Amino acid sequence: MVSKSQQLAERQIRRGASPYRRVEHRAAYLFLLPWFVGLIGITLIPLLASFVLSFTDFDVFNRPNFIGLENYEKLLTGDRRFDRSLMVTARYVGFSVPLILVFSLLIAVVLNRGLAGLAIYRSLFYIPSLIGASVGIGILWREVFGADGVFNEILARFGIEGMSWIANPSTALWTIIGLNVWTFGASMVIFLAALRQIPESYYEAASIDGANAWQRFWRITLPLITPVVLFNAVLLAIGSFQSFTQAFVVSGGAGGPVDSTLLYSLYLYQMGFQQLDMGYASAMAWLLLVLIAVLTALIFWSARYWVFYGDRN
Amino acid sequence: MATETKKPDKAAFDQAAFDLTRRRRRRVRAVKRLGLHVLLLGILCIMLYPVIWMTVSSFRPEDEIFGNIGLIPENFTLENYVNGWTLFGDVTFGTFFINSFIITGLAIIGNLLSASLAAYAFARLEFPLKRLWFALMLGSIMLPIHAQLIPQYIFFLQIGWVNTILPLVVPKFLATDAFFVFLMVQFMRSLPPELEEAAMIDGASHWQRFWRIIIPLSLPALVTTAVFTFIFTYNDFFSQLLYLSETQKLTIPVGLRLFLDASGGDSSFGGLFAMVLLSIGPVLGFFLASQRLLVRGVATQGFK
Repeated sequence: MVSKSQQLAERQIRRGASPYRRVEHRAAYLFLLPWFVGLIGITLIPLLASFVLSFTDFDVFNRPNFIGLENYEKLLTGDRRFDRSLMVTARYVGFSVPLILVFSLLIAVVLNRGLAGLAIYRSLFYIPSLIGASVGIGILWREVFGADGVFNEILARFGIEGMSWIANPSTALWTIIGLNVWTFGASMVIFLAALRQIPESYYEAASIDGANAWQRFWRITLPLITPVVLFNAVLLAIGSFQSFTQAFVVSGGAGGPVDSTLLYSLYLYQMGFQQLDMGYASAMAWLLLVLIAVLTALIFWSARYWVFYGDRN
Repeated sequence: MATETKKPDKAAFDQAAFDLTRRRRRRVRAVKRLGLHVLLLGILCIMLYPVIWMTVSSFRPEDEIFGNIGLIPENFTLENYVNGWTLFGDVTFGTFFINSFIITGLAIIGNLLSASLAAYAFARLEFPLKRLWFALMLGSIMLPIHAQLIPQYIFFLQIGWVNTILPLVVPKFLATDAFFVFLMVQFMRSLPPELEEAAMIDGASHWQRFWRIIIPLSLPALVTTAVFTFIFTYNDFFSQLLYLSETQKLTIPVGLRLFLDASGGDSSFGGLFAMVLLSIGPVLGFFLASQRLLVRGVATQGFK
């Protein structure tokens, strides 16, 4: 009896739910319509098209000819400037990401000790992240580290003779790395939010057991914060890999001196939109995609050895 | 007896010693705190010095800017602002500002509309292949723009959109900044379902539930999206460099770059500084106006 009435009710619900479900499905796809058009028209089709273009010699004006793997061959074996841009980008990412992580975590830990004025400090440290990507700050950097810049002026007060840090091939990249590190505030804000989630009782327990501040940092804070370090590292690596504006502004678009600031996307821009070798630039774009995917995968893979996810037994 | 009289003495002694160490510890802590404040302020001074120096320099006569590391202007002047504003003759910096504001304004409207629509479907509705679409949405956040850039450019060139603002604006109405979709999905998921259920019982359609209930409740996420869209679009140099070339149509970033080229690098830094300062003004203003929401928005990028 019970089962019979239950069955009836279930059937009614199902019968009632089915048209309702269909309405919901239709509504969902209508809500998603703009996004679908964008995903297919602006993201997926161009993504595939650039893959196809990467096997051609397309130059905007003439019909593209299929040239097989020639672009990739040239990239991997015969292009000195490409090798150079890879090296420059590797140095740029390899130095700025760890430096940003260390700085932002350090400042976040200091700020998290219950200092007065936390909100004000947080905002002030965040300001460079707001403006650091703008052309205006690139221009400022050019002046500050130029031959007659303020930096040299300050060095002179200490009796150190400066030089044009922008025009010197061995220091130019460092000015841009410095600019990237200057914007560590965004990571710091994320670290601060994570630090607040660590229960105070952990620290109290550790203090009672006689752990000093140093030990508390290494044994409690750092392990618990590693998932956020991972998150920030991935975000920063992907972002830094695509940096363009500051290298462009500081070097006047050339990536100089002597290609010392020729970041990957700057070289891609030069090949695609100045030389109009769009097939070649497409091959570079796909290689960049692969490089970023590999780098991200590597970071995630390494995470098994250093990220702490609590006891999962 | 002797032990009994000794005991309170010892307790008093302990108490005194305890008070002393506590006071000393408190004093040590206060000194430590002061040290930390000094350290943080020192770092901030070094970090923000270039920006402050530029601000001061923009009010200095041109010939007093170089070799002057002080932060107090001796001879206050506005001539840099006048010179910078009209450097290109009839196309003033005002034109660049208007162009930038039109593009960022449309981008904000586009992102708010398209991202909230898509986010509602992902957060609140069931539909076939939901997981697949959601995974694609997440994946597209990670995608470097370069991978689609060239075919996009060719397409926009063929339909005559290059050197107009359309390539910079239309994609925003199609939720191509998937990061904001994700941000809003996270937020909408955290909203309590009861209100919506009540509306459903009253016979509200999906559209009404979205427009009357979810959108008003999502205000913090909408503000975060608007502010970030403003900052990203306003600062965006790469796509504006690609798509805009006519001086009349330039925006602040590409206009500044033109200014830099025109001034030949070192000759007229006064005017350049003045314009750079004006250019970062709106970002700082927007930030100060929406500070709390913005910082919270950054913090929710990762976890909710």
